Order: sequence, then C-alpha cells, then structure tokens
Amino acid sequence: MKVAEIPGHFGEYGGRYVPEVLIAALQELEEAYPKISQSGEFRAELDGLLATYAGRPTALTFARRMTDDLGGAKIYLKREDLAHTGAHKINNVVGQCLLARYMGKRRVIAETGAGQHGVATATACALLDLECEVYMGEEDIERQALNVFRMELLGARVNPVSSGSKTLKDAINEAMRDWATNIRNTYYCIGSVMGPHPYPTIVRDFQRVIGIEARQQMLDVEGRLPDVLIACVGGGSNAMGLFHPFIEDEGVQMIGVEAAGEGLESGRHGAALSAGSSGVLHGMRSLVLSDDDGQIFEAHSVSAGLDYPGVGPEHAYLRDSGRATYETADDESALDSFVYLSRMEGIIPALESAHAVAYARTIAPGLARDAIVLINLSGRGDKDAPQVRDLLAARKSGSH
Amino acid sequence: MGRIADRFAQLRGRGERALIPFLTAGDPNLPTTEALVLAMAEAGADLIEVGVPFSDPSAEGPTIQRSSERALRSGTTLRGVLKLIQNLRPKVEQPLVLMGYANVFLAMGERNFAAAAKEVGVDGVITVDLPPEEGQLFFDSLIESGIDPILLASPTTPESRMEMLVERARGFLYYVSLTGVTGARKEMAAGLEEAVSKIREISGIPVCVGFGISTPEQVAEVGRFADGAVVWSALVDLIEAAETPGPAVISVSEFVAKLKGALR
Repeated sequence: MKVAEIPGHFGEYGGRYVPEVLIAALQELEEAYPKISQSGEFRAELDGLLATYAGRPTALTFARRMTDDLGGAKIYLKREDLAHTGAHKINNVVGQCLLARYMGKRRVIAETGAGQHGVATATACALLDLECEVYMGEEDIERQALNVFRMELLGARVNPVSSGSKTLKDAINEAMRDWATNIRNTYYCIGSVMGPHPYPTIVRDFQRVIGIEARQQMLDVEGRLPDVLIACVGGGSNAMGLFHPFIEDEGVQMIGVEAAGEGLESGRHGAALSAGSSGVLHGMRSLVLSDDDGQIFEAHSVSAGLDYPGVGPEHAYLRDSGRATYETADDESALDSFVYLSRMEGIIPALESAHAVAYARTIAPGLARDAIVLINLSGRGDKDAPQVRDLLAARKSGSH
Repeated sequence: MGRIADRFAQLRGRGERALIPFLTAGDPNLPTTEALVLAMAEAGADLIEVGVPFSDPSAEGPTIQRSSERALRSGTTLRGVLKLIQNLRPKVEQPLVLMGYANVFLAMGERNFAAAAKEVGVDGVITVDLPPEEGQLFFDSLIESGIDPILLASPTTPESRMEMLVERARGFLYYVSLTGVTGARKEMAAGLEEAVSKIREISGIPVCVGFGISTPEQVAEVGRFADGAVVWSALVDLIEAAETPGPAVISVSEFVAKLKGALR
C-alpha cells in the first residue's frame, strides 16, 4: 500500500508533523472545512458577522503627510486597526469559531502571546456562545495583566503555562496538549498561518479578506494596483491575508518585515525567514530559530506579536520561490515609527505594524512619486501605550 | 532479524511479556542515565527506551516536560545521547530504543543520523511528531541502516490508517492507551483490550501499550492481552524524587524488578 501524500504542503514546507493522537482530529477538520466554508449558509453568516460585528470593510487611508514628508511614493494604509478588538485577528477568530460551531464543537481553546489572539478568541466565543479556554505563558500573564482581565471579562478562562520559557511557544505546546486530551469535543483555534495542515490554509483563507478588500479599494481610488505591499511578519497572518489575493499580480512586489529585535547579529530577534533554518516546530515544517542540536531558541522583539521562533510555512515557500521578499526592522526603528505615525497621521499603530511602517520609511523616499506603497496597518497601538511610554522614558534618561 | 524482533520472539517462546521502561537521557545528567539504564537492564527490563530531550515537547505532560528541561540544563545533546548508547552497548544485551522529536533528529540530517545511530548500536527510533507520511526519507534511511522505525497508534486512529501503520511499523507498534499526553494515571482507558485485539487481527507485529501505566497491577493487566508495557512517567517521578543519583538507581531498580515480576 502506498502512503498517501498529504496535501497542505507549500514546497518543502507545511505538512502535518504531529503525534498520532492528533491525526484524526486534523483529518476531521480537513474534511469539514471545505464543505462548511463553501456552503452558502456559512458564507452568508460569516459575511454578515464581518460586516455588522467586526466592522468590515476596513478603510483604506491615503497617508498624505507621511507621503509628503518622505518625498517619494504615495503611501496608503489598510486600516485593520479599525476592526473590532483593534486588529486583523478578529477576521480569523470569527471564521474559526463559526466553523467550530458548525462542526458541533462547543469548547474552543487558543494560545496567546501578548493576549491579542486570546482576547479576539474570547470575543468570538462570547458572540457565538462557546466555552473558551486560553493558554498563556506565566511571563506573558505578568506583562499583560490587562489582557488577562479582558479575556476573563469576556467569559474565558485563562490557563497559566509554567513550562519552558513561559511564553507564546510554550502556550502553543500546552494548547496542543489540551487538544490531544480533549479532542472529541474541542476545537483548537490557532492564531496565525502556522501549525499542522490544514491550519495555515484555514487561517490564510479567513485573512484573505484584507487583501481582497485592499485590492478593490486601490482600484477604486487609484484605478490601478499598488507597486509594493508591506506587512509585518511574526507568524505571518496579516501579511499572508494581504499578500495572497495579489500573488498572481506579478507587477505587485510583496515585502514582509520581520522583527530584528536587538539586531540579527545579536541573536536576540524574531526573524525566522531572514535568519532561521528549515526545521519542525508546532506541527509544521518551516523556517525556525533552532540551534545546531535542533533545540528551539527563544525569539525576541519589543513587539510581543512578532516574538515567535517560527513562521507560517507558506511564507517560507514564498521566500524560496522569490515571489515575496523579507526584510527586518529592529526594536529602535519600530519604536521611532510608532511615534512617527502617531504624529504624522494621528494613528497610533501597534508595535507590530510599526515594523512595517519603519521599513516603508526606508524605501519610500527612493521610489518615484507616482509609485504606490500599501502598508498593512495590522493593529492599533493602544495596547502598547504603557510599554512605549516606559521605553521612551528610559531612552530619554539614558541620553542625559 | 534485529535485536528487537529477537527479543519479542524469545519472550513469546517463554510466555512472557515485555517490560519497557523509559527514561530521559541526561536527567539529571548523562552519567546518572548510564547507571540507571544498567540498573534497569539488571532488574529485568526487556527493552529500554531512552528519551532525547527537546525544548518543545508538545506531546508530554508536566512530569516529562520537567525531565526534558533538567536534561537540557545539564547540556544534553543528541550527540551526547549517541555517545551514551555507545558506552552502554557492550554492557547491555537488551534492545536500546531512542525516542524524541523530529527537529532534533532532522537537524543532524536523515542519513547522517541513521548512520551515526547504527554505528553506536541503536536498535529502534520512535519519533513522536513524525507520521509516516512526512517521514518517508527518515524511515527509509533507518531501515537501510538496520534500525527499526517504531510507529505509534492511538485510540483515535481510524481503521484504514491502522492498516497503513502496522504495514510500515518495524520492531513493535507502540499503542498509546489514552488520548492525551504522557503521565501516570490511576484509571486505565476503557476498550484497550478490544483495541489491541483488533490490531492483532490485521497484523502479527508485537503491540506494546504505553502512556499512563504506573503500577505493577496495571502492567499485569496490560500483559494479559498486549506484548509489552511501557512505563515512563512513574519512573521519572522516582528519579525526580531522589535527591542524589545513588538512591535513584536503587529505587528505579527495585521498581523495575517489581514491574517485571507482574509480567512473568
């Protein structure tokens, strides 16, 4: 008997690297997903929720002052910061939690790093009347006490994770353990385009709405497609959501921006695409930050959402194929751009999105005035305000 | 025939079942692991599983996670574990099986690892997160080196998939008795005997049961219908509880003897 090839591979990446106990659940999901997601009933309900609850379509904003200041390409912002809960995360969780309901699973679990995906999942579970448990590293719980309260307020239970580095990657491990134990009644709502097949595909499909809208909005406003797309990449869901509907538009350049943290040479960064190697983590083969002995090391970034030692497998594939390129922005430049966009456009960006803004600022001046750069503003920065206040204060006292 | 098949054939001849203790290499350090494996072999273990620690053991419960963390803190690497096997091989007649996660084995390269494992005398390899569909090159490399890729099956494995697994499995099939993660539990999963006898209907491969087996009574119960029992977390608990290697070796040795007694 021939071993069947598993779909869900992106070149050499992707796949399903999981313990045997999870295989049946992934097969169930793989079978249920296309049937449910293509049904008219599901589509109508999801579109309705995105429009009347999540606040879609989100605006496309011409960044006039930023464009004038940089003196090069015209800059547009896709405003995912205006979506409910303040980021693109809501697109994915509304889709997946609705899918869970259609599959008859009444219990939803999720992992979260800084708490954004946890809050979004807790939100969707409240909306759809699902039981919700979120795994979060003890260290993150301490750093993000307000998000823990938000999740609890929304009716979710937050389970502290004390293993390993007590951060996002350990929360994912713990969520996978929960899923393996409670597989019959539980849906695992993954927060990015990562994990075992079919998750990278499911999350991508639910995030494609970003790119589909942006593409039409650009045609409406400018009568043509943008020249460059720029989005930050941690796990990579906002970037994949923006990029994917443009993949066949060959004239559109796609640039993902990873966290260089304290610098690639420092070893303290989150740049799996720029500095990682092919490996297996969290159920997928992708580019990961791993030492020569195959141990995963901790990622680092000023932005918790980019602080992940792997990346979605389809990004690794887009990198290898050359269709997308990946650059980095470090902590300092992200912090600068956090302030810059706030002052220039009256938009406080998430620290994650500030990495995309930072990279755009380096290339826009060198582009022609009729060129168009579209930045995915994946989230708003209210959540980061206390942290940035402290960092700016520390910077000021350091310079005196 | 390999050392694993030989061992099961001998046991079947004697009407005995296999006791398969597990321990994490390097917990708390490699010299202690060496002493513990020798003590287990002496006390009646039939096959010994040596865990290769990984930073992100997503299928393990808290006991094994802590064990892996201790092992990594003591600087344990795959190369160190292979050296351990090399030291043990002349002193231990029982089959020695490595168990670990894909990223650690693949970091060495499929063929390099298979060659190195053969060189030091590894008999089988269990990769927790590498199903056959993803591991073709790895499994082929192992088989070419005369090493058994041991596969896992679980209560959630569909029947059609079970046929594929038993066909691909070498050495024995490792049946995980509970859905969930590793850890000692009081209740055995219902339907276990039926599940094992179903596998027997489609294949003659030895079936060993693991996950959640922690007492001589449970081992005896599993021994009624399976070819062997894997005991893991309960042993790690003993190693964790002992403050120094000496008492750990004594308590592990006594416990293994008691467990094996339940299978004779």
